[in-house]
Amino acid sequence: MPRTLYDKLWDAHAVHVEPDGMTLLYIDRQLVHEVTSPQAFEGLKINGRKPWRIDALLATPDHNVPTTDRHAGITDPVSRTQVETLDANCHDFGLTEFVMNDPRQGIVHVIGPEQGFTQPGVTLVCGDSHTSTHGAFAALAFGIGTSEVEHVMATQCLWQKKSGSMLVKVEGALAKGVTAKDIALAVIGRIGTAGGTGYAIEFGGSAIRALSMEGRMTLCNMAIEAGARAGMVAADAKTIDYMKDRPYGPKGVQWDAAVAYWHTLVSDEGAHFDAVVELNAAEIKPQVTWGTSPEMVVAVDGRVPDPAEAPNAVKKADWERALQYMGLNAHTPISEITVDKVFIGSCTNSRIEDLWEAAEVVRVLAGSGHKVAANVKLAMVVPGSGLVKAQAEAEGLDAIFREAGFEWREPGCSMCLAMNADRLESGERCASTSNRNFEGRQGQGGRTHLVSPAMAAAAAMYGHFVDVREVML
Amino acid sequence: MRPFTQHQGLVVPLDRANVDTDAIIPKQFLKSIKRTGFGPNAFDEWRYLDHGEPGMDNSKRPLNPEFVLNQSRYQDASVLLARENFGCGSSREHAPWALEDYGFRAIIAPSYADIFYNNCFKNGLLPIVLPAVVVDQLFRETVAAEGYALTVDLAAQTVVTPSGEIFAFEVDGERKNRLLNGLDDIGLTLKFVDRIKAYEMQRKQLTPWLFN
Repeated sequence: MPRTLYDKLWDAHAVHVEPDGMTLLYIDRQLVHEVTSPQAFEGLKINGRKPWRIDALLATPDHNVPTTDRHAGITDPVSRTQVETLDANCHDFGLTEFVMNDPRQGIVHVIGPEQGFTQPGVTLVCGDSHTSTHGAFAALAFGIGTSEVEHVMATQCLWQKKSGSMLVKVEGALAKGVTAKDIALAVIGRIGTAGGTGYAIEFGGSAIRALSMEGRMTLCNMAIEAGARAGMVAADAKTIDYMKDRPYGPKGVQWDAAVAYWHTLVSDEGAHFDAVVELNAAEIKPQVTWGTSPEMVVAVDGRVPDPAEAPNAVKKADWERALQYMGLNAHTPISEITVDKVFIGSCTNSRIEDLWEAAEVVRVLAGSGHKVAANVKLAMVVPGSGLVKAQAEAEGLDAIFREAGFEWREPGCSMCLAMNADRLESGERCASTSNRNFEGRQGQGGRTHLVSPAMAAAAAMYGHFVDVREVML
Repeated sequence: MRPFTQHQGLVVPLDRANVDTDAIIPKQFLKSIKRTGFGPNAFDEWRYLDHGEPGMDNSKRPLNPEFVLNQSRYQDASVLLARENFGCGSSREHAPWALEDYGFRAIIAPSYADIFYNNCFKNGLLPIVLPAVVVDQLFRETVAAEGYALTVDLAAQTVVTPSGEIFAFEVDGERKNRLLNGLDDIGLTLKFVDRIKAYEMQRKQLTPWLFN
């Protein structure tokens, strides 16, 4: 019987199945960060347990780290304690950790692939919902809670029930200036933030095949915002090319064996999916969220919707509350919304390709005399890892950003969730390349509009949202 | 983990869809390295009028009188009535920790986000799924009758209203068993240690590059 990629990954990792389908699933890889691990390490200590496999764990601090000068350390004592606790736990249990000032430090979902720790065919977990990112490598990757972090450390396994399978098929070619982020937001706009609940999503079709690995990571990263714990893309030549010469990847004779296996990581012809959603890539425009949930999204040439046109009473109340929180009126053209801050970064959009896209917009506009608009108080670029930062600097991207008036920062999660000092003040409006526009996400009272890196860069230069397709003509 | 068998408790209606875990427990409180003490900051941004930070004396902070948890009739509620896609967003287990620490034992909603749903079972908190029409009815009844309480019976898989109306709910057998008995997941899994090791041996043969 033909199997989906999800079926193959699931079957390959099932250690034991209970009569009700609850499955003991073997976990190949776990990424660890400072926020969701201290209670797990504490649990191990209390019970006298040790990690089952040290080589299956890789740790780095990312949520709390400052993105400005790090020589002084972390000034917030509570944040500092959390990072120091991670350092101490990694030392005590023997985990590999890229500490704050290690050049390889970065956001867990950036460094996993970058190091080749993330590999095709693995099961990978982390105490972070955006673990779905790693599914871009034809891996089964999903976020877990802290109890499960401890469970995986102690047993190398997790109890899981298999999800349904959903195929999101995107055919055709994207317009210039339209990116993986816009596909992700368009999908969420179509199926809603709960549309993928109970499913593992496979993204397929010619538009997905055409995406780079970075684009596929952006897309799988946002699967959780559609409610799906896991998103994935079948392995192909791009997947295998990306894996070459990664520090933690296979080498020598093992490389050939691995590649042979990776080629099998596709859904078989005729495999059954429980649900199928189809989009035409050519119809996708740059997307901008207007509300407090990623499903509250329209194209940049659209307007803020009218709650009177909401499909039901619960949604109507949600839309009204969202407009009030966002300080927006129905029918306002998206292009008339001005921004106070711009954030380019996060596990969704902080990889080198994201920085290329944003820098290209800045370069073109700077060429016609633009700088960051006067009404924009802060435009910041936060690379996803120390290695992304170093590559961008070697290519001169930092200079393009700085000369236009952007701040160029140290790597971390930063203003995606504002656990460090980078945040919105109440009432401030932000064009953000992150993944969540929830109330208070980027700071209490802060107003977030989710966009692609190119759209965020253009908004910084104009001071309001603009259609990047027109900028890049 | 505290077992869950039967529970009768006052119901509080949280009438909004897509309540995310950032709302349940805002990020600044995730800096704690403990599992306990999150209850006073559950729904912090909705519950208080000022900005909360770790270490503040929450008893001295101004409460938002508009927020349903602050209304006197809902004090000591232990059953949270919610709308669809409750607990979406971040995987933070601090969300169920905060709800449990606040005093909730059960949640009733038409649907939950997967990770949150799973996390609840690890913490003695029972997330019950009932059809949207039933949840609508419970919202109406809760608002209409002060002191409205529900009886939840996990063994029988029922929710019983004050008028004696019974609603059955589904729950996975394994999850139910563990919650009923307050079992430690890791201890149970370690009973499978031989199978895990056998699997691992086999996997080392098939994918040796994943073992260093």
